[in-house]
Amino acid sequence: MSGFMRLLRRDLLLAWREGGALGTALGFYLVVVALMPLGLGPDLNLLSRIASGILWVALLLAALLSLPRIFETDADDGALDVMALGTLPLELVAGAKSLAHWISTGIPLAIMAPVLGVLLNLEVRAYPLLFATMLAGTPAISFLGAIGAALTIRARRGGLLLALLVLPLYVPTLIFGITAINAALLSPDGFAASFLILSAISLVSVVLGPIAAAAALRTQME
Amino acid sequence: MQLFVANLVVARGGRTIIDDLTFDVAGGEALLLTGRNGAGKTTLIRALAGYLRPIAGSVRLDGFDPERDVREACHYVGHLDANKASLSVMENVAFWQGYLGDGGSGTAAGDALWAALERFGLDALADIPAAYLSAGQKRRLSLCRLLVARRPLWLLDEPSVSLDAASTVLLADVIGEHVAAGGIVIAATHLPLGLGAARELRLGEQVAMS
Repeated sequence: MSGFMRLLRRDLLLAWREGGALGTALGFYLVVVALMPLGLGPDLNLLSRIASGILWVALLLAALLSLPRIFETDADDGALDVMALGTLPLELVAGAKSLAHWISTGIPLAIMAPVLGVLLNLEVRAYPLLFATMLAGTPAISFLGAIGAALTIRARRGGLLLALLVLPLYVPTLIFGITAINAALLSPDGFAASFLILSAISLVSVVLGPIAAAAALRTQME
Repeated sequence: MQLFVANLVVARGGRTIIDDLTFDVAGGEALLLTGRNGAGKTTLIRALAGYLRPIAGSVRLDGFDPERDVREACHYVGHLDANKASLSVMENVAFWQGYLGDGGSGTAAGDALWAALERFGLDALADIPAAYLSAGQKRRLSLCRLLVARRPLWLLDEPSVSLDAASTVLLADVIGEHVAAGGIVIAATHLPLGLGAARELRLGEQVAMS
């Protein structure tokens, strides 16, 4: 088994054993989405029109809550220092940890989104679209988020700083995630263009995110 | 195998901590770094492990695969234990064994793991989550890394902190065996580790305190 797989397995095991982070993210997602109809009133047409946007924005915020965990615990207990001495390049360390974050947080959030769609009167035919765009878009959230998480490991209470650093990077994912859904609802062939761009953003993030995160980790370790 | 450090200059926060330091350590030698607080013991160790980029000077390890980076020859045991509280003692050591080692697996790796746990008196605690260990036991758990993955250069920063007398003797034995097998040990310490033949490098003599 390679170092990459070992690290991925360890991080997933830790996420499973210390389930608090995922529970917090899912709970936050549920609460934010449940508050929307209370604030906006029981206008079903309005809710179903803005449902996909609310679900996407709330997903970004929920994922943001769990981002610090990618590197912070390992930086605090010194494990990151020892990891830097392995044969695995730091870029792949960052990649494995981002991937573990996507599997342990991004996928559960994407699975939960259609369930929460019920609360917002989301159109039935939008459910598979919502799930597909979120599954394609969440890798960008984990891998771009890793850059911000790496930059803020030494900042005490760095959560707010992390949000300021990372949320602007999520704008393209948000825009194309929502346009893919809306376009598909208007015309059956409107989905592909936005969805492909969304996937491309995620693929670019998977490549560039770990490189930038590793550079940030190197400076943070000094 | 020989470690050469030539004209090393390292700064922290704009202040030069290590100024033009030159020394070498041959295989089969242990070097003790001593000096008052703030003399640069940790800084030197972290620079040797490659965490800190020196301003000038070089660190070279002869006799190690030139294709590979010096950091891949290093074991680093610092102030932090690098153990995960929710993993068991065994899982912690097994992860580092696989991650830092050469990827060997099967019965040989399992035997090495158990031998290390027995050596540091943790075999009875193998299934206990590391969260429940005492400070000394946590330290012994991180020292297990040294035994399960074979690496020639050991960089130890205050390795005997929170160890009891018997464990300190054990640590000295382990270091002695590594040195006898041709390895290099560089240890920063305030306490005598009971290493008979170790050389000593006093740091901080030349640094003026502001």
